[in-house]
Amino acid sequence: MKTHYGIYGGQYVAETLMPILHELEKEYLAAREDPAFQEEFRSLLKNYVGRESPLYYARRLSEHLGGSRIYLKREDLNHTGAHKINNTIGQALLAKRMGKTRLIAETGAGMHGVATATVAALFGFECEVFMGTTDIDRQAVNVERMQTLGASVRPVSEGSATLKDAMNEALRDWTARSADTFYVIGTVAGPHPYPLLVKDFQSVIGEEARRQCLEQTGRLPDEVVACVGGGSNAMGIFAGFLEDSDVALTGVEAGGAGIATGKHAASITGGRVGVLHGSKTYLLQDDNGQVLETHSVSAGLDYPGVGPEHCFLADSRRARYVTVDDEEAVDAFAMLARFEGIIPALESSHALAYAIRTAPAQSRDRIVVVNLSGRGDKDMDSIRRFRKQQAASAK
Amino acid sequence: MDKIQKIFASCATVDRAALVIFCSCGYPDMDSSEQIIEDAIAAGADIIELGVPFSDPMADGAAIRQASEVALRQGATLKGVLAMAERLSKRHPDTGFILFSYMNVMLNYGLDALCNELRRIGVDGILAVDLPFEERAELADPCRSAGLHLIPLVSPMTSLERAAMIMGEATGFVYSVNICGITGVREKLPPEVAERLASLKERSPVPVAAGFGIADGASAKAIARVADGVVVGSAVINKLLAPGELETRRRDASELVRTLAGSMSRHA
Ligand SMILES: Cc1ncc(COP(=O)(O)O)c(C=O)c1O
Repeated sequence: MKTHYGIYGGQYVAETLMPILHELEKEYLAAREDPAFQEEFRSLLKNYVGRESPLYYARRLSEHLGGSRIYLKREDLNHTGAHKINNTIGQALLAKRMGKTRLIAETGAGMHGVATATVAALFGFECEVFMGTTDIDRQAVNVERMQTLGASVRPVSEGSATLKDAMNEALRDWTARSADTFYVIGTVAGPHPYPLLVKDFQSVIGEEARRQCLEQTGRLPDEVVACVGGGSNAMGIFAGFLEDSDVALTGVEAGGAGIATGKHAASITGGRVGVLHGSKTYLLQDDNGQVLETHSVSAGLDYPGVGPEHCFLADSRRARYVTVDDEEAVDAFAMLARFEGIIPALESSHALAYAIRTAPAQSRDRIVVVNLSGRGDKDMDSIRRFRKQQAASAK
Repeated sequence: MDKIQKIFASCATVDRAALVIFCSCGYPDMDSSEQIIEDAIAAGADIIELGVPFSDPMADGAAIRQASEVALRQGATLKGVLAMAERLSKRHPDTGFILFSYMNVMLNYGLDALCNELRRIGVDGILAVDLPFEERAELADPCRSAGLHLIPLVSPMTSLERAAMIMGEATGFVYSVNICGITGVREKLPPEVAERLASLKERSPVPVAAGFGIADGASAKAIARVADGVVVGSAVINKLLAPGELETRRRDASELVRTLAGSMSRHA
């Protein structure tokens, strides 16, 4: 079994977790070949999540920009409002198959926490979600959603008190309680087999988008764009096009206050090879190998590492990774709301901003598919705070 | 015979276990931690694990995390720890020294360069917490070239078959984790620990040191009866983390190490 992507990925964990990861790999590979498992997964995606999600031509926005035709893959229309649920359904089914009774998860923006709490309620698992106290403050509504769904939210105040620290704590909990507990990782990071299975569960996005694009336009897109936090929505949509060498794949990392300021979360653009959370990856770290705090207006992109397959795709140049800073993302957020009546997640707004930036210089037959990974209701507070800070610093 | 082998052999001749003390380097600051290690050696530690702090210690409990966080705030670095290790190993040529950290800190330094430097300054081996058997090659090769031990971990989750595979390739010693979980003091060790250690020892070509969860002289004594070495970290660090004057805390820590050292003998 391949556990690495080039030099990236692997299983950099304490020995106590190794037998657990081996068991998970074995069970997952069996589930992957099991038609009953796949059938249950597909059926829940259809009847519970509401798939397939539309591929929508953003006509008014595209015409306004006067270049590429921008299509939106509407993951924001999924139950719970983001792509995260595709993965948590898959992992919950796996947990059930393995006889576990308790789900744990890490969350940053809270979307993965909500998606995990949702499937825990759906299947009757006990559920605890680890969340940094910084994120608890900026994503208060999602904390209430998780609690409403019956999950308990465990605040993590160590380190930068964000996603990476929540993931440390979830890994510690799992190390001590693997007998009854399944760890639902929310992105294509973490030790093998997580990057593999999360990609598989998210690849429905790319499969649908490819077919829908062919149906609607008679051809494949010229470019597929997605934001990259850990990289699961991007891997999910890229998966459908990896073999189509004429389709450009572009991952958009969070540029925060600008790469030059050091206040960003762009691991591939600004990081060096390192090891975090069980995986070799491009990592934002200081000269001494300590992991740096990240900065982004969107909590969901605030992660110092990135999924190993993205590192591999970057090195091999099959995909390209660019950055969009806070301000450009917030502008794109507002623009989509005004031109299309769709309020996108701040994370997704990064992908959108890149498409908006590049569209005008392109021809009108060029087709760009943007993965609209989630909806932006959760981000109203963050936007307000960002605008306030902007106004204050302009004075 | 190399130094680590000699330490375990000489302990065995007097029918006692070797005492391995984990130190959070840089806590409460670099100079004090050098003194704390001096104290530990004076109090009877045979081997020192030099813990290099990492920002994301996913295998550690509250005590080591808290000490690491302070150490990093005080500017502790791998380079600083190496400089300290060079001084310590010069002053204590018979004490074993094992560098203990997470992979990222070591990768960042460069694995070849790190192994050569450790060799030069008289450190005997490396323990990388997040480097399991499957990933060991990238560090095992430079360790072998430099003549360093790469100390592997086995845990209660590790099947005996897998443990045999891990121990079969080990040099120096094997670190057996007593409990399923992260580092930190436990009120009681699981009852199956003794039996487990006996079956590991039966299968291991190198000495087996056991750690995690050991709180005091009594639990150390129980482990010393069945293991070749006893590793204690958090219990000592807890003494240092306690409120009060640093002098007092240091003395308490060193007294604990003395008690632990006195608990290594297998004679009644
Ligand atoms: C809507 C949305 N998009 C994207 C992300 C980033 O994660 P990933 O890169 O794994 O897709 C998140 C994470 O919380 C999110 O909520």
